Amino acid sequence: MRRYRAVVAVGLGSALAFAATVAAAEPAPSPRAPRFGFGRPATAEEIQAWDIDVRPDGAGLPPGRGTVAQGKAVYAARCAACHGEAGRNGPFDALVGRGPRGSFAFGRDPSLVRTIGNYWPYATTLYDYVHRAMPWTQPGSLEPDEVYGLVAYLLFLNQIVPENAVLDAATLPRVVMPARDRFVRDNRRGGPGIR
Amino acid sequence: MARLTRRALLQRTAGGAAAILGQVPLDPTRIQGRGWRPQGERSPFERPERRPWGPEGGVSTSPLQDLGGIITPADLHFERHHAGVPAIDPERYRLLVHGMVDRPTVFTLAELKRFPSRSRICFIECSGNGQRGYRQIEKDVTPQAIDGLTSTSEWTGVPLATLFREAGVKPGATWFLAEGMDAAVMTRSIPVEKAWDDAMIAYAQNGEALRPEQGYPARLLLPGWEGNAQVKWIRRLKLADRPFMTREETARYTDPLPDCTARMFSFEMDAKSIITFPAHPVTLAAKGFWEITGLAWSGRGRITRVEVSTDGGSKWEPAVLQDPVLPKCHTRFRFPWRWNGSGALLMSRATDETGYVQPTLAQLRAARGLGTLYHYNNVRAWRVEADGRVFFGLPSA
Repeated sequence: MRRYRAVVAVGLGSALAFAATVAAAEPAPSPRAPRFGFGRPATAEEIQAWDIDVRPDGAGLPPGRGTVAQGKAVYAARCAACHGEAGRNGPFDALVGRGPRGSFAFGRDPSLVRTIGNYWPYATTLYDYVHRAMPWTQPGSLEPDEVYGLVAYLLFLNQIVPENAVLDAATLPRVVMPARDRFVRDNRRGGPGIR
Repeated sequence: MARLTRRALLQRTAGGAAAILGQVPLDPTRIQGRGWRPQGERSPFERPERRPWGPEGGVSTSPLQDLGGIITPADLHFERHHAGVPAIDPERYRLLVHGMVDRPTVFTLAELKRFPSRSRICFIECSGNGQRGYRQIEKDVTPQAIDGLTSTSEWTGVPLATLFREAGVKPGATWFLAEGMDAAVMTRSIPVEKAWDDAMIAYAQNGEALRPEQGYPARLLLPGWEGNAQVKWIRRLKLADRPFMTREETARYTDPLPDCTARMFSFEMDAKSIITFPAHPVTLAAKGFWEITGLAWSGRGRITRVEVSTDGGSKWEPAVLQDPVLPKCHTRFRFPWRWNGSGALLMSRATDETGYVQPTLAQLRAARGLGTLYHYNNVRAWRVEADGRVFFGLPSA
């Protein structure tokens, strides 16, 4: 489903409607809360067309479901050319790898390769990113079931979910990634000292 | 600058230079020059170029060594895009502001331009800038190769606070998602406080519309913050009560640390400087006076001091800060130097208005680890050989 590509057509329709509605939409400026009244109210349809983000709590996940086996087939057809068979040894980013288990020593060791399995803190991010930006040759072309399947397959290859896992809007947010607790907020504040 | 660029041109394309020289009269006072043109162009003797950075197609660097002053010509602004430069029709462009707002609103480009505008001169720097000066130090790299992922422009646009007031940000909204309309549909989560501080939606750059590579027709501008967060080709701002944890703020643009954690949302660019002359591949032709010059900048405010050392860091002396010295902006520094013809090690060290002092390589490696990523702001060094050649180097090398 090309969710964000469909927006071009929606935007054009809105532009035509815009001229007729803008005058009525403009509120009178208030000295207490100065507003200019530029812009127009967004329609529910155009918000829905662009509102594709998915959060760690599962907000934004669409209906649909996918299994490891389904994802394996999609991966072979749409992803393996860039990322290699089973997420390794592709010409582009490695997706699979858990080592070094338990240490997260990326700051100490420049040779470590960051993957979904050893670095990504949230499984929902995988859905969000694959849906919005992959595959490279046809970004945004995957259906929700295909994305759920791909996420299931990649999490299985990274030994995070079992081979019989079924992912959907309810189960995906419950997946706990190995690196979830490794991330800290920025403590640099300027002033003396190097952090 | 001209002396270097011409020299580099002659070295690079001896045949091409001869062809250019063939078109130039020996005495320009004896022949009428050409008339006006709708767009100007550089002298054929000047060929500053962006250069690719590594194997990836989505990165190019600004030729810092070819630039004077603090402004980067728009066509030489560094590039970083994650799925190419999109082609966008400004007539069809829309910016959507929604989520935790009272009035979900759509703005056209013309409407964005109707709001009271603001202009400011500030740098944008990719937080991966400087990687080649941190881990494996190569001798034959230029300022462009080391630090060319930073550029300064005059940006014009509408304060984000104006748009947020227009849409009515609800109490409790603490973050917003910024989303681009490139094929990466780039997204980053930004704290709402930045909107009330100095964030803008910019539509002009150095007096003209944004260049496509910098986000035409409109981009998010977050002065002093890492470039990736300043989402280009901006199409959507969604207010929320938490960050969204997008790929670019988790799997990328996080900084692994030696204590086996990774720092996230490390937005501010710490103070930094680099000498852009003399620097590789320049050769100093003779002993005597040379002006050492370079750029210093901080994402936390103004540069208050730049010190230069010509002996590898034993003695530091203050450089002159060239006006204007603006917050969150490239600042040009100058230092008169008399070269005695023996080996020298040139370094610069910036201090910003928070009192932060640019760290040495050893200090930064101790704090961040050799494997860390992004925010490489350590002191850089240029080694001048007795024969006048200049190479990038370690202070202790």
